[in-house]
Amino acid sequence: MILGLSHNAQWVLASTLILGMAAGVVGCLAYWKRQSLMSDALSHAALPGVIIGFVLAGSKNMPVMILGAAVSALLGAMMIQWIRTSSRVKEDAAMGMVLSVFFGLGIMLLTWVNRMPGGNQSGLDSFIFGQAASMVREDVYTMAITALLILAVSLIGYKEWKLYLFDPAFAKGVGLSRATMNVIYIVLLVVVIVIGIQAVGVILMAALLIMPSVSARYWTHSFGWMMVLSAVFGGVSGLAGTWISTMGQGWPTGPFIVIAAAALFVLSLSFGMRKGLLVIALQHRAQRKKLSGTAMSSSAVQRGGWG
Amino acid sequence: MSYTGWILLTASLVGLSCGLIGCLLILRRMAMMADAISHTVLLGIVIAFLITRELSGVHMLIGATLAGLLTAVLVQWLHTTGVQQEASIGIVFTTLFAIGVVLIATKVGNAHLDVQHALMGEITFIPWETVELPIVGAVPQAVLMLSSVLVVVLVVLLALYKEWKITSFDPALAASLGLPVVLLHYLFMAMVSMTTVAAFDAVGAIMVVAMLITPAASAYLWTDRLAVMLALSGGIGVLSAFIGYYIAAWLDTSISGSMAFATGILFMISFIGSPKYGMASRWTKPPEPAEAPPRA
Repeated sequence: MILGLSHNAQWVLASTLILGMAAGVVGCLAYWKRQSLMSDALSHAALPGVIIGFVLAGSKNMPVMILGAAVSALLGAMMIQWIRTSSRVKEDAAMGMVLSVFFGLGIMLLTWVNRMPGGNQSGLDSFIFGQAASMVREDVYTMAITALLILAVSLIGYKEWKLYLFDPAFAKGVGLSRATMNVIYIVLLVVVIVIGIQAVGVILMAALLIMPSVSARYWTHSFGWMMVLSAVFGGVSGLAGTWISTMGQGWPTGPFIVIAAAALFVLSLSFGMRKGLLVIALQHRAQRKKLSGTAMSSSAVQRGGWG
Repeated sequence: MSYTGWILLTASLVGLSCGLIGCLLILRRMAMMADAISHTVLLGIVIAFLITRELSGVHMLIGATLAGLLTAVLVQWLHTTGVQQEASIGIVFTTLFAIGVVLIATKVGNAHLDVQHALMGEITFIPWETVELPIVGAVPQAVLMLSSVLVVVLVVLLALYKEWKITSFDPALAASLGLPVVLLHYLFMAMVSMTTVAAFDAVGAIMVVAMLITPAASAYLWTDRLAVMLALSGGIGVLSAFIGYYIAAWLDTSISGSMAFATGILFMISFIGSPKYGMASRWTKPPEPAEAPPRA
């Protein structure tokens, strides 16, 4: 059925597959940094950069717009960090503020650009919910190559990531610079977000980072396997969501990708071998049986004692 | 009242009720919950529309409040099964929001409901959709709804003021005193949803989040007293509405977007200039002694 699609559509599918895999892997890092919602804040914060990139380039020039998005998302990350460390406002409030204020600025700019001659045809609106169908060949190449780079960086540095996330003290002992790793982590997060927003959209990009890693957590306790599974879940969601969205005229891609990821999450939550609901229910039942067995024998002893 | 007057009044009502609710959100560290709820009310609105086939205020208010409560319940439930709080918020709201968007795209495509509207609101249309009231005459529907929500928020806030204070600042103490902490939590979530949806209809999802979190966070930098914080936060909300409106009128751009931006400007001013907890306090206050002074 996938082979029946046009050549361009196949390329788009392949690229959202790789994007999903990259997002799944980076999502694992974010999960263990306990920064799942950071990705939400950063993807919203990317919007003004996309529009400014468009205005500067004068046309829909993907590399410039991606660069703009990356700059404004990084600026958002720095603001969150700055507000959190130098005032008593907590991280969640800082994220919420950056998210809404940057997004508001983005909408201001978007409305303004849409009023300019020719601006309305720019398809900038599709950045909000993602429109994989609007991608041309070069966009697909840019996205696929960047996503592969992200995958490579995450996998080559596997050992370092493990140390950085789980044993910072030991990492420091063997001379791994925490500051450098922090920078690489934020850059990976921002890059995967900005290449994803054309296909998934700024509002829902966070889901592709959060859901695969949490789903993977239900199947394994090993960090390595979690990364692999998360990449698989992300890739499948990207592929399935994009494929479904090609079936209707003008259907946005992002929401379908998110629903595919959510379906995988619900499956993992119910049937996952580690802490899945079914497994826990079975364990509870077994335990209750054991417990009621001992309870009966003890009450028999008591009866015997009184009798 | 003039056209501009109605718009400013609507936005000020949003700023006031969001500012009040926002204080408790900040103190309870639930800012991202507001973000989540502001997205999921979309699903409630869509479902209410699919069932009743009309976009009346009351149905939407009920649908959206239920969706907001559903979000709170689901997040809590996922969290108890062992998912990180942050991750469960992220999972629940993106999924429900995606379902809402898909329903709009596939089922109600050409209706009056569209996603653009949900995100940015239609504050420019508000003065036209009026209802007749005794004594005051024709009043925009949104103003009526927002005023009623503001009254409810004020009543609940003042009637349970002490309870809110204790549960926000010291949940453990509140539980040990026998206060119904869980009930208060869901009551609060219901208030957040209600405020969000009343505001949402007028100004869209972005501005709701900005108005809920930013003025309260700004006020938090000026004072240590809850009553003062509430008043300041409401005031900053109203001020951002005015500033935002005039910026939008000047640049001829999205009103709700620029109101959200205005809350950011006011936060930056507080962040830098507040003599109590802003950057300025570091320059005016003497530096902390590096070591504890020797005891006599």
